[in-house]
Amino acid sequence: MKYESQKVAKLYFIAAIGLFVGQILFGLIMGAQYVIGDFLFPEIPFNVARMVHTNLLIVWLLFGFMGAAYYLVPEEAETELFAPWLAYLMFWIFLVAGAATILGYLLVPYATLAELTMNDLLPTMGREFLEQPTITKIGIVIVALSFLFNIGMTILKGRKTVVNLVLLMGLTGLAVFFLFAFYNPTNLVMDKYYWWWVVHLWVEGVWELILGAILAFILIKTTGVDREVIEKWLYIIIAMTLITGIIGTGHHYYWIGAPEFWQWFGSIFSAMEPIPFFMMTVYAFNMVNKRRRNHPNKAAVLWALGTAVMAFLGAGVWGFLHTLAPVNYYTHGTQITAAHGHMAFYGAYVMIVLAMISYSMPLMRGREACNSARSQSMEMWSFWLMTISMVFITLFLTGAGILQVYLQRFSDNPMDFMVVQDKIALFYWLREITGFVFLIGLTLYVVSFFVGKNDPEATVELSK
Amino acid sequence: MNPMEKNKWPPGDLVIWIFIMAELLAFGVFFSVYAFTRANHVELFNTYQLTLDRNAALINTLALITSSYFVVRAVSAIRKDNSKRCFHWLLGALFMGVVFLAVKSMEYNHHFSHGVNLNTNTFYMFYLSLTVFHFLHVILGMIILSAVALKARAGGYSAQEHTGVETGASYWHMVDLVWMVLFPLVYVMR
Repeated sequence: MKYESQKVAKLYFIAAIGLFVGQILFGLIMGAQYVIGDFLFPEIPFNVARMVHTNLLIVWLLFGFMGAAYYLVPEEAETELFAPWLAYLMFWIFLVAGAATILGYLLVPYATLAELTMNDLLPTMGREFLEQPTITKIGIVIVALSFLFNIGMTILKGRKTVVNLVLLMGLTGLAVFFLFAFYNPTNLVMDKYYWWWVVHLWVEGVWELILGAILAFILIKTTGVDREVIEKWLYIIIAMTLITGIIGTGHHYYWIGAPEFWQWFGSIFSAMEPIPFFMMTVYAFNMVNKRRRNHPNKAAVLWALGTAVMAFLGAGVWGFLHTLAPVNYYTHGTQITAAHGHMAFYGAYVMIVLAMISYSMPLMRGREACNSARSQSMEMWSFWLMTISMVFITLFLTGAGILQVYLQRFSDNPMDFMVVQDKIALFYWLREITGFVFLIGLTLYVVSFFVGKNDPEATVELSK
Repeated sequence: MNPMEKNKWPPGDLVIWIFIMAELLAFGVFFSVYAFTRANHVELFNTYQLTLDRNAALINTLALITSSYFVVRAVSAIRKDNSKRCFHWLLGALFMGVVFLAVKSMEYNHHFSHGVNLNTNTFYMFYLSLTVFHFLHVILGMIILSAVALKARAGGYSAQEHTGVETGASYWHMVDLVWMVLFPLVYVMR
């Protein structure tokens, strides 16, 4: 760690991991409710568990992105953070607002929460992923603006690197597109149309820039490959991401009442969205193969390579699986979507945040380069447990999805939704069991921070 | 010595070739989808193809071929260490790019004034999206060529080091190549 103010990131990462644990617990509750309908009812109804599961994901990833930016930007810009106090202040505001929102979901009925937070003054609630009370949304905007100001000023006063600029572009996009959360037209088609500007243009657009920038930073640090080489790849990858991702939004417009040409645009452009992810995989492995040194933080390199592969599989391949309009006609909103969502979020965004934590946390905790061998070995166990169980969760959901599509929509005698849900229960059970394995992996991950604290740092073996 | 011999392969930066491949793949997908869809709506496509201005498209084809030729001359000029001539040839190529954009804009103007849009029918949907997508690539190619031209004028390239010129030229030829497929496919073939 070169600059004292980079330490701000530590708080953000701790909060991120804490909320990650919460997200997984609610995922398990919900997974159980798929097969035992009244599990924990009426304390935690399914819709609330789902809301908490997805909202926690978004919030902890935002914590992770902000932490990553606070760590990475000063080091790239070669200057202290513009206003560390602002970063601390915003951390507590964001955490308290986030916690209050989740408690609101859990403690009072959603309608009461809407009433309490005066949703009728500026109605924005009630839409999937954007369930937050309007006042929380305003809080998110304030936090995002202060954050961008802090990061932007740091970049302005320091060295301008491609990594920083791409990251700033991504983060600005994140803030700008979130503003569409406030646009809530009464026309349902228009509402859905712009709702995707937040949801899609985040994960299939600007977030990919954030992913690319963080990955580039980690690769520069751990491989010692020339910055110029990595930057060139970054340019091409973000160009392809934006070209395919922006018009690729069309794959959400097939059946919502938008003009028909979106079926063509959505199919063609989103079919190419795997390309930048594939490039990212090729580039990550290339850079590691061309490395000029062996970095002793093997866990961080593992996460970095892991994210490149899993993002390609989850976002790229599983996205392609159901992106073409004629296919999506049958698969829309089935468990295929859930399968894709799980692996894509894990591969592209969970893993990149964990990669950044893995790289930077030892440095912020006073290590020279990395954790002890014991700690790293446990972290790598957690990597494999979480990653493999996520692969199986995805496969089981895909199985469930294919069966669901067939029984409910494709066969000669289509069955009712709930009848089909009963028929595919076996897959849900398997998914739930695998979810517990994921939780074990996550527990090991948390424990790895406390293991081997007094052992010496791991070193690079002389044999390559 | 033959000036071609001392040059590495592929010309320009390797990364631009990855980009070019991705672009060609994108257009390739678009063209195949066009072909398959046309096969199902031959009559519709044939009818509305007649409303396109083939002469304008022919002028544009010549404009792009000429500009590609100018770019070739620019590369060969810089290989002989002549920055000034390289700059002039690039200006010529850019001018032909402007011609292309102007002619294409007139075509669009004609169609739009007749109320044609993406929703009119499947043929126009393809015509508009394919050509606009290509139109945007011409603009991007011109931006790249302008950057190269400015650097050439400032003496930024030499006979030894002119990767940038080759990189820009490679991209421009791709833009030209795509039109060479697009023109017969959309305007001529029946």
